[in-house]
Amino acid sequence: MDFDWLPRYWPLLVEGFWRTLWLVALSGVFGFLLAIPVALAQVAGGRILAGLSRAFTTTIRGTPLLVQLYLVYYGLGSLMADIPAIRYGPLWPYLRDGFWYATFAFTISVAAYQGEIIRGGLLAVPRGEIEAARAFGMRRSRILRRIWLPRALQVSLPALSGEAILLLKSTPLAATVTVIDLFGAANVVRSETFLTYEPLLFVAAVYVLCAFVIAVAFRLIERRVPSRRGL
Amino acid sequence: MKKTILAAAAALSLAMAPGAFAQEPLKVGVAAEPYPPFSSVDSAGNWSGFDIEIGQAICEEMGRECVTTPVAWDGIIPALTSGKIDMIVGSMSITEERQKVIDFSDRYYYTPAAFVAPAPVEVDTDSADLGGLVLGVQSGTTSAAYVRKAYPDAEIKLYNTQDEVNADLAAGRIDVMLADQAAMVEYVKTPEGSQFEVKAVAPEDEAFGEGIGVGLRKEDDDLQADVNDAIAALLESGRYDEIAGQYFEFDIYGGRE
Repeated sequence: MDFDWLPRYWPLLVEGFWRTLWLVALSGVFGFLLAIPVALAQVAGGRILAGLSRAFTTTIRGTPLLVQLYLVYYGLGSLMADIPAIRYGPLWPYLRDGFWYATFAFTISVAAYQGEIIRGGLLAVPRGEIEAARAFGMRRSRILRRIWLPRALQVSLPALSGEAILLLKSTPLAATVTVIDLFGAANVVRSETFLTYEPLLFVAAVYVLCAFVIAVAFRLIERRVPSRRGL
Repeated sequence: MKKTILAAAAALSLAMAPGAFAQEPLKVGVAAEPYPPFSSVDSAGNWSGFDIEIGQAICEEMGRECVTTPVAWDGIIPALTSGKIDMIVGSMSITEERQKVIDFSDRYYYTPAAFVAPAPVEVDTDSADLGGLVLGVQSGTTSAAYVRKAYPDAEIKLYNTQDEVNADLAAGRIDVMLADQAAMVEYVKTPEGSQFEVKAVAPEDEAFGEGIGVGLRKEDDDLQADVNDAIAALLESGRYDEIAGQYFEFDIYGGRE
């Protein structure tokens, strides 16, 4: 085992680590916010919205994330490059950067997977609770905000925690579209030092740590959410 | 009668080629990602190109049978050291870092790296941030090692294949790329590359090593000697120039009078 390279590549690895965290945070948050309407559309959205949402979920969950990422980066990204208004427009510095394509692709993926989990959560809320709320004279929007959605999310938390960890472990795909995340940084080390195991073992350890932190964070949230256990 | 012929043939083959008799064909590793004009693959999976032909010529010169074996570029050195392939004839530059892990033959060609950009782009190769340009390069290449060292302040994008670098230069997601000059001279002549120009040639640097050699396992000293003899013989006989002439208009071996 040779870890002499570690001090020399430390700044690169730290930079990569932060990029990985940003990828997880941005796509996790935006994906979650999108997942709620995706779930609601299927449970309470009427036939057309439910159909659209189901088609979205099936398509995204049915195709490999790497394929989606390539479609977005090499497909959509190249299409945009052909439009002069975009290519010479003010947003081009962002639109040429692989990071935002990766964030977009991961967000969509999170929306589909988490949407399905939240849908399950919404269906798992006992009808009696919603009927009780209605008996109190609450309107639909208020029932959703105060009773249905909070209860559904509470039910979904353990599964959402798993999804967040899966998202973390999907982020190395971003390295294929030029994003130097933690894994991308390890690849730079690998190609410049020709060490195979050490850089990979190092980042594997960092990923385990991150996954552990995510798991603990979700457990803390679960504990803070009041619930009647052992019904 | 039949028996005597068989016996004679067996004796002859034993006498003629004590080494070659039981030799397995050599596995010649090439990058699985095509790198024209050095290597390219047709839809039937047949490989051709300068590297491929030189590899075959070396094998013929050594009197050994060879199979071209494509391996992903970033795993090609581990493939060699673990015995999945026996030699690398894949435009691999001889560098100090690589020599820690594998051995090389004498060089079989030498070209520096060139900066390529769309015609209107000004490339200032003297500033540490490349004048704010975004540079793309294939990871795991000498060009990548060079730019990471020479342009610490520049934004550098690393790609798995040269094709992806080319695509992103065309899409405007990078402003300039650095790659092997020989490949770039050819690329700007192709229809896709016609909008680009070779802007500058990178200065000589230890990152670019001593040219391109055949990668070999450290313990295969006999093979290394055979390969060196074969390369010398190809240069001597003119066969090298015959092959090189099909691909390049300039002397790819470099440094010859």
